[in-house]
Amino acid sequence: MNKYAVALYDDEDILKSGIGRLQSAGIKIHDVYTPYPVHGLENLVGVRRSRLDIAAFCFGCLGVSCAFLMMWYMITYDWPMNIGGKPNFPIISFIPICFEMTVLFASYGMGLTFFIVNRNIPGSTPRIMDERATDDRFVVAVSLNDAEDPEGINSLLRDSGAVEIKQKEAAY
Amino acid sequence: MHESIIRTPLVTGNPSLHDITEDISRPVEGKPTKAWWIGFIFSFLGLCLWLYSAGYTMTVGIGAWGLNKTVGWAWDITTFVWWVGIGHAGTLISAILLLFRQNWRNSINRSAEAMTLFAVICAITYIFTHMGRPWLFYWALPLPNQYGSLWVNFNSPLVWDVFAISTYFSVSLLFWYIGLLPDIATIRDRAKGVAKKVYGFLSFGWTGSARSWVRFEAVSLILSGLATPLVLSVHTVVSMDFATSLIPGWHATLFPPYFVAGAIFSGFAMVQTLLLVARKAMRLENYITLYHIELMNIIIMVTGSIVGAAYLTELFIAWYSGVEYEQYLFLNRVSGPYWWAYWIMMTCNVISPQLMWFKKLRTSLAFTFFISIVVNIGMWFERFVIIVTSLHRDFLPSSWAMFHPTFYDVGVFVGSIGVFFTLFMLFIKFLPGVAMAEVKLLLRNSSEAAKKRMAAKEGKTYQFSPETGGVVIAATTNVRKGENHE
Repeated sequence: MNKYAVALYDDEDILKSGIGRLQSAGIKIHDVYTPYPVHGLENLVGVRRSRLDIAAFCFGCLGVSCAFLMMWYMITYDWPMNIGGKPNFPIISFIPICFEMTVLFASYGMGLTFFIVNRNIPGSTPRIMDERATDDRFVVAVSLNDAEDPEGINSLLRDSGAVEIKQKEAAY
Repeated sequence: MHESIIRTPLVTGNPSLHDITEDISRPVEGKPTKAWWIGFIFSFLGLCLWLYSAGYTMTVGIGAWGLNKTVGWAWDITTFVWWVGIGHAGTLISAILLLFRQNWRNSINRSAEAMTLFAVICAITYIFTHMGRPWLFYWALPLPNQYGSLWVNFNSPLVWDVFAISTYFSVSLLFWYIGLLPDIATIRDRAKGVAKKVYGFLSFGWTGSARSWVRFEAVSLILSGLATPLVLSVHTVVSMDFATSLIPGWHATLFPPYFVAGAIFSGFAMVQTLLLVARKAMRLENYITLYHIELMNIIIMVTGSIVGAAYLTELFIAWYSGVEYEQYLFLNRVSGPYWWAYWIMMTCNVISPQLMWFKKLRTSLAFTFFISIVVNIGMWFERFVIIVTSLHRDFLPSSWAMFHPTFYDVGVFVGSIGVFFTLFMLFIKFLPGVAMAEVKLLLRNSSEAAKKRMAAKEGKTYQFSPETGGVVIAATTNVRKGENHE
């Protein structure tokens, strides 16, 4: 069972300045939950740039290769047919399907990677610190597991501009 | 992000973050209104008509339709292309406008993306009904089969179409669903009982942590980058179904851009039709403002002009090419037995969008609604003109024929509109019709309240007039710089 101190803020500017104050006091932020993407927050809490674009590129390369090999195998190697005298290795005709398969593989490959790295799995039980985090509150969670002075953390959270503070225990 | 004060606000009134959640969740959480039931019942009757007409067509074959040996494609491909075109505005709003950082898309992208999916579903129903033997649809897929290693013909645009439409549908679905996750999570966190379980399952465990938002934005941007050329490719491929043939009137290099512009044109018209109804029925006037409607009207005007230019180019090229078959065909389109269809097309698609040059007209809700319907009719006739008038005069005069729709032609078409609206009604009842998280993002910079704050900082007063869509900013002497006068 993990213990957290959960602070709720009602403004993104107060949230950002509050996080700055907490960090300068040496408190390690477990995570921040917001109702919409707060720009600049990722730098404050040390979230690295997403590498999903690299995943998309790799999956796209896989898609174009699969499409090209599939078409080459089917109508050039396995069963070449004379259709209106057209060539059996029509690279130009391959372009539309190669393009579509690139987009399909890149999108779904990246989408699945997104779901997996985000732990977004159908029916999974999320770690919800406060249900208003998807409504109108900006929520900061601080782990209390190794904290020597939980009361001190609470008062720091209060001083940082939080409108509400509570303790939360989560089993995972 | 810098936002100019003089730009018209994207969220009017003074809603708080919580108000946005309340306003957008209301239709999902509350009981359906009378207006919703009326809309749903009418749509559902249309769906029943589709089930009957399509069921009959599949049972007896496409002899149930008014097709003949000369006009072998008519309402089926007309409506298929029409539905695919309608779908395009959704991707355009969600992807292209995101790439161009057009924040006004945030209030309308969710409904537009849903519209895309439902329009493509309607288009796909047409692929199945017009096959004649729809149970053999898998013949269009590159699958190994027992007749020897006979594969599909990758030189054929009809096979490209299979890949294009299925990819388009799949990618649009993924884009739409990833965008929905935060909003489904909002509904989940407010719901109780069974609804909490259902939305909990659908939300995939979304929490809104800083890390997941960074990934969410990365995925949205990359998907936009992928969907933008995809949407252009889909209608390009659809146009190649015609353009790679040798039929006069179809065999034109102009077709790809012309079809894409037409798709955006008709798609935006359908978005207008839906949003004008939805904003009234769901009381979303603060989020889907007159400014949004005006901007969409401007897109309709621009794409309508491109379409108009394409019609004139077709006429010019028919004359300039010196090909007598092309010349005859276009003369026949303008003055032949289907002259009325051609002139309905010209009136609806070339003249009507030009009226949007007048600010008074493009900011009038009633007029916008009227034009959106007119454009949809016009674009249906455009596809009808391209297909039927090119086919009904064969190279042999003895093959000349006219097309007369039967009850089942009409039934499948009207029924598909029923299918579309049934799906849309179910969508606005069970899922948030406006992207809550994205609208909340606008509140800070682009809302009316934010503009007031900005003006006050500069020692000015800000007044927004919803009627004209304009803003009034006056310097006031009694306001000291830095003071917040709300």
